[in-house]
Order: sequence, then C-alpha cells, then structure tokens
Amino acid sequence: MTADPDTLVGQSVVLPGYEVSRGAIREFAAAIGETSPLCHDVDAARAAGYVDLVAPPTFAFVPASRALAQMTDLLHAPLRNQLHGEQGFTHHRPITAGDVLTTTAMLTKVRSSGGRMIVGIDYEITDEAGGPVTTARSTIVVSGVGQ
Amino acid sequence: MIEERTFRVRREDLVRYAGASGDFNPIHYSDHVATEMGLPGVIAHGMLTMALAGRAASEWAGGPDRVVELSVRFTAMVPVPDDDDGAAVVVGGTPGETDEDGLVPVALTATCAGEHVLGRAVARVRRDA
Repeated sequence: MTADPDTLVGQSVVLPGYEVSRGAIREFAAAIGETSPLCHDVDAARAAGYVDLVAPPTFAFVPASRALAQMTDLLHAPLRNQLHGEQGFTHHRPITAGDVLTTTAMLTKVRSSGGRMIVGIDYEITDEAGGPVTTARSTIVVSGVGQ
Repeated sequence: MIEERTFRVRREDLVRYAGASGDFNPIHYSDHVATEMGLPGVIAHGMLTMALAGRAASEWAGGPDRVVELSVRFTAMVPVPDDDDGAAVVVGGTPGETDEDGLVPVALTATCAGEHVLGRAVARVRRDA
C-alpha cells in the first residue's frame, strides 16, 4: 500500500525543455482539422506579427500532459484508468514554434469516492525567459481505486 | 450565433490525434482495453472534442491566436465505432457581449447522438470590431 494520496496535495513537478517544433504544430493542427495559415505557413504567421507558426489553443495540453503523466505516476494512477473530467486554458500569449517551454504542475485536489479518485492539477507554462505563456487546469477522474 | 457544424470523428482521426498529441491512452484505440475499463468501446479523446469546439470559437474570432481562454467539462463520452462513419460531433456557439477586457465570451456546445458531450464550455476571444 502506498502513502495516502491526500498527502501529495501541494506537490509540484517541473518539466523543463519542451521544444515546440514547426512539425509538431503542423501535425497537431492537421489532427484537429485546423487549416489556419497561422498554423501551417511561416510567412503568414510572420505577416500576422508572430515570430513563427502559431499553435492552436489546445496544443498547450501537449506539454502540460507530460507533467500530468509525472503527477499521475506519483499517484500510482495507470493511464488507462484515467478519464478527463475538466480542462481549462488561459493564454497569456499564443505558443509559437521555437518556444522552449517549462511546465510546472501542482496537485491541487485529491478526493476519493466510490472507487474513483478525482484529481485536480494546475499548470503554469512559461517560456525560456520565464515569461508566462499559458495557465491551465485539469480535473482527471481515476477509476478502479482501491479495487 | 455560430452556425452548427458537424465533425466526423473516425478511428483514424483518433490515431492521428494520439500521435500528434502524445496521448496514447489505449481506451482511445483498443476496444478490449476500453471494455475492460467499463466503457462502451473505444472513445474519442476529450481533448479532440475540446479542440473541435475551440475551432468553432477561433474560426468565428478570426484565427487560433484569438482564443484567450477556453474551458470545458467533459460530460459524456464520444464512442467511436470501427466503421467508415465514426461518430458525428455537432459543435455550435453563442457569442455574448464584449467584456471589460475587450474579449467576447462565447458559450460553446458539442453534442454526439443528441447528448451534450461538453458542459460549461466557454471561450473568451479577441475579435476585431
């Protein structure tokens, strides 16, 4: 038996060095059917005032989910037992290709009931200069707890 | 009003989203795992449904860079059958009045087979006058 997950509330994980490539933005945009030239055409993105390709708003979950995975490992919650309950993003600026992002995830809530564990996580995503990029929050429902 | 759009989500779309996002939870590609987990079968990534709702907001606002806030609750699953039709996700939205930050709130809806799959789905977007 592992430590009571409640004792982990307040715990943070920091995941530095997520490099945002043009390819990753294009492939993510294609996967969600996003055809905006900002996501595919560097010249169009620059003409709109950005340094490089612009990521769609939910792309922020790509780096965030890597920090989430470390957190759920701490909770001994297998990936297949996880369902997404809630998700939110506040973008301080769009993520662009060339960004090197650091995600800090903090466990804000662990509540167990009826064989499930409800997990709350807040994220701060910052750029190489330490500037704020995205603030995000997740609620994850973990099934099969204590069975 | 943002005109409702129907997005087809097929198994191949889930595979593509898994690869592009790095979310390899087997409930999004393996029927036997999904069934073991008590699900009706393979279900779509919630984040894919959220992305489709986000597209409705960003296309109305004028681009993916216009979405400042986006938040949802995942209220029901989107089961994706292993056939050529997949699931149909219908996304729409209702813009509100520009707020004190100059952003427009957009209440988003997403349904699958008549059931709301997103709740409290809201975007705040920057839109040129």
